[in-house]
Amino acid sequence: MKITELTALELGAKIRAGEVTVKEAVQAALEQAKAAEPMINSYVTLDEEGAYAQAEEIQKKIDAGELTGPLAGVPVAVKDNMCIKGQLTTCSSKILSNFKPTYTAEAVENLKKAGMVILGKTNMDEFAMGSTTETSWYGPTKNPHNTAHVPGGSSGGSCAAVAAGECFGALGSDTGGSIRQPSSYCGVVGMKPTYGTVSRYGLVAYGSSLDQIGPITKDVSDCAAFLEVIASHDPKDSTSVEREDYDFTSALKDDVQGLKIGIPRDYLGDGLDPEVKEAVLAAAKVLEKRGAVVELFDLGLVKYAIPAYYTIASAEASSNLERFDGVKYGYRAAEYEGLHNMYKKTRSEGFGAEVKRRIMLGSFVLSSGYYDAYYLKALRTKALIKQEFDKAFEKYDVILGPAAPTTAPELGTSLSDPIKMYLGDIYTISVNLAGLPGISVPVGRDKKGLPVGMQLIGSAFAEKTLIRAAYTYECATGKAHEKMAEVKASEKEVR
Amino acid sequence: MGKQYETVIGLEVHIELATKTKIFCGCSTEFGSAPNTHTCPVCTGMPGSLPVLNKQVVEYAMALGLAANCEITRVCKFDRKNYFYPDNPQNYQISQLYLPIARNGYLEIETPSGKKKVRIHEMHMEEDAGKLVHDEWDDTSLVDYNRSGVPLVEIVSEPDMRSADEVIAYLEKLRMTAQYLGVSDCKLQEGSMRADVNLSVREVGSEKFGTRTEMKNLNSFKAIAHAIEGERQRQIELLEEGKDVIQETRRWDDNKESSYAMRSKEDAQDYRYFPEPDLVPIVIDDEWIGKIRSRQPELRDEKLKRYESEFDIPAYDAGLITESRKTAELFEKTAALCGKPKKAANWFIGEMFRLMKERGMEPEELAFSPEHLAKLIDMTEAGTISASVAKKVFEHIFTEDVDPEKYVEENGLKTVNDESAIREAVEKVIADNPQAVADYKGGKEKAFGALMGQSMRALKGKADAGNVRSMLMELLKS
Repeated sequence: MKITELTALELGAKIRAGEVTVKEAVQAALEQAKAAEPMINSYVTLDEEGAYAQAEEIQKKIDAGELTGPLAGVPVAVKDNMCIKGQLTTCSSKILSNFKPTYTAEAVENLKKAGMVILGKTNMDEFAMGSTTETSWYGPTKNPHNTAHVPGGSSGGSCAAVAAGECFGALGSDTGGSIRQPSSYCGVVGMKPTYGTVSRYGLVAYGSSLDQIGPITKDVSDCAAFLEVIASHDPKDSTSVEREDYDFTSALKDDVQGLKIGIPRDYLGDGLDPEVKEAVLAAAKVLEKRGAVVELFDLGLVKYAIPAYYTIASAEASSNLERFDGVKYGYRAAEYEGLHNMYKKTRSEGFGAEVKRRIMLGSFVLSSGYYDAYYLKALRTKALIKQEFDKAFEKYDVILGPAAPTTAPELGTSLSDPIKMYLGDIYTISVNLAGLPGISVPVGRDKKGLPVGMQLIGSAFAEKTLIRAAYTYECATGKAHEKMAEVKASEKEVR
Repeated sequence: MGKQYETVIGLEVHIELATKTKIFCGCSTEFGSAPNTHTCPVCTGMPGSLPVLNKQVVEYAMALGLAANCEITRVCKFDRKNYFYPDNPQNYQISQLYLPIARNGYLEIETPSGKKKVRIHEMHMEEDAGKLVHDEWDDTSLVDYNRSGVPLVEIVSEPDMRSADEVIAYLEKLRMTAQYLGVSDCKLQEGSMRADVNLSVREVGSEKFGTRTEMKNLNSFKAIAHAIEGERQRQIELLEEGKDVIQETRRWDDNKESSYAMRSKEDAQDYRYFPEPDLVPIVIDDEWIGKIRSRQPELRDEKLKRYESEFDIPAYDAGLITESRKTAELFEKTAALCGKPKKAANWFIGEMFRLMKERGMEPEELAFSPEHLAKLIDMTEAGTISASVAKKVFEHIFTEDVDPEKYVEENGLKTVNDESAIREAVEKVIADNPQAVADYKGGKEKAFGALMGQSMRALKGKADAGNVRSMLMELLKS
């Protein structure tokens, strides 16, 4: 078996056993990346030299017995909105196209502490605003399963890189579905943890009250192991939570006996692709057969989630993105007259259309006279949605549904109608509004061979319940190896 | 006769809190360091950086709020105030709009017509901005972010003041309170205390407020007093001419002693305030408030009352001594040690303040120990040293903090009480100055003074002047 076909945990075991060196693992991933990149464009920065240097250092520590974790030596990728000291961090935007941070994000520090090799930075929708990875200043990333299709977004680069074997796992960020939706489109496992579980320190903010970093991996076991590495209580992030449990891998149990699963009827209605519906309901049946109790219920407020989300996220974004002004770092317009003209030209030239749209929307909903009507109302809606989820979780352990209404759309078909694109976030954004954990797990393919993802949603801090359910599904339907073989087959098509 | 006008003034005062580190990061707040040496990703607005609240800032703000009789907001939050300017690295300032830390208080001031309460609308915490340095030669502006993130409290008063004197009294009161609490040094010149003046005029007897203007850039009490007088006149003239006062922000020019309009209400910025999502609400319980309250020092008003009743010292003297917490504490310790508060007060009023003034010293620079001053007072009272020697010794206590007992011993400054020694010295002076003796005996009273001075000098000031005087009289008679 090729090294790139291993899962992260399998590779980690082989490295520990001395069957594969860290350098060999890095080399395999880089070779795969070099072959795939011209078609996929997963990476903004591929740090070949740095990766080998890390490999050497990590190998020494593994040999010396200083690094003993299950993921030591495993090469991974990081979404380009997380700071790494001295390394280009662009958010796939022209305005940060020359920006090298002076410090490293806490989640990335955690990867390093676990001895993981960082191969590079992955492509994304500009400032994580978009659902297709087409708003990137570095060009779109393509879906490894069919390069005529998008990988989803905004963490499309990370998901495509994992799906194409260009790394053994990656970090993404999820503000309204940006991990779960592209994971669904790319046939990988992606989790958005409970808000506050992974430190946001060093994550370039989009919607601060909704942003959360999470793992994107080949299978559920890797997902649990990754989460165990990156989750931490960080005093540098005031919204970081000190959890009771960080032992996520302990939840890798093939057992859903008696687990109560609710499927919101609202998640199966208009706009849902019948093939997606069929695949997701079939997956629910699998869990039912394994002993879970599955039933339908109503989660009425979901339809208000989209307007509430775009109001809150855009408002926060309009403020978060003010710092990109050409004064301190990043792109500055070449010619300008005076301060205000410099601001105006820098930002006009530096931001793309979708980012500008959200800055304008956000500025509008915060402006005097509109604040109460829009922003405050959205905050109230957010609180109500959270209440409704809380109520649902009194009855159910897990809420099950699709991660996205369709499989990956074709490139170039989404951006012309932003409202339609926003509606594609319908199943994911309420999870961010309520601060809950959600995971997307591959459950099949449509007729075109494009992956379908099932989303499992848990109550706050119930990641372990999600991992257990997802792992049980995976055990029942075929392990990672088989899935990856499928992915490999499609890669051959690509080539 | 023309109409009578009343001035209505409210203040927005910013004071810099004296914390060691900034409000949202661990950088030093030290003033006057090389540009951009006290900076980090947080206070320079680097992408991905996050603020973490300095708890000391909350405690200082609570202390000030309690001292100004405010209600402390039990769940208080930060908000973002959005505006673009290069000294503001994030292009938003983290401040408080919706739920400020303290509300509904007052400070009491003295006016010619008695005590008056100036109500405080609210106090809120916020971060300071950096500083722009304009390079005229290069036609560029440079930014120094050392001050970025230094904690501020803004104190917003109600429009309760009616004259420049009341404004100054209020500011003095606020400054003294903050200094007593140790939460700020409140130096206007260094910018650690800044006041914006909101002023309107109205006819005496009118219930309605006039249109107000806001005056910025006032760097001294003098500038504040002049700006108030100037703005009052300007507004009255407008009204007398039948014109309207325009609601606007004006900037005071200290050199020209006049103000000019910066921006009108129409150009007022929309700051698009909204709750800061990177910080969690601050929950303040009774226990926390109780802890802060128990730490509050005795404030000046309480001290003044106590000094008068307990120590029986004149109100004026008590006022001077309590102008700073440092001098008040030195005084109290000295008084307690020697048990003679009135004598101690005399030393403070007579000698210590004179020396401080002479040397341009701030109370914080005082470094003598009250033990030494107390001992000096005891020695003087016991007649161990003369009053003039005591003054000299005090200078050494003030400057070098010498032990007066040791110093007097080492320098042989003890009072000469030996009658024969005095007689000997005075006899010698009489013998050496026959002319002066003759003048005195011839009726020139003045000559006595000269002989007295010579005698004291001969005794090096160590003898009691009364003893010397009677000895001289006695010998001159013979």
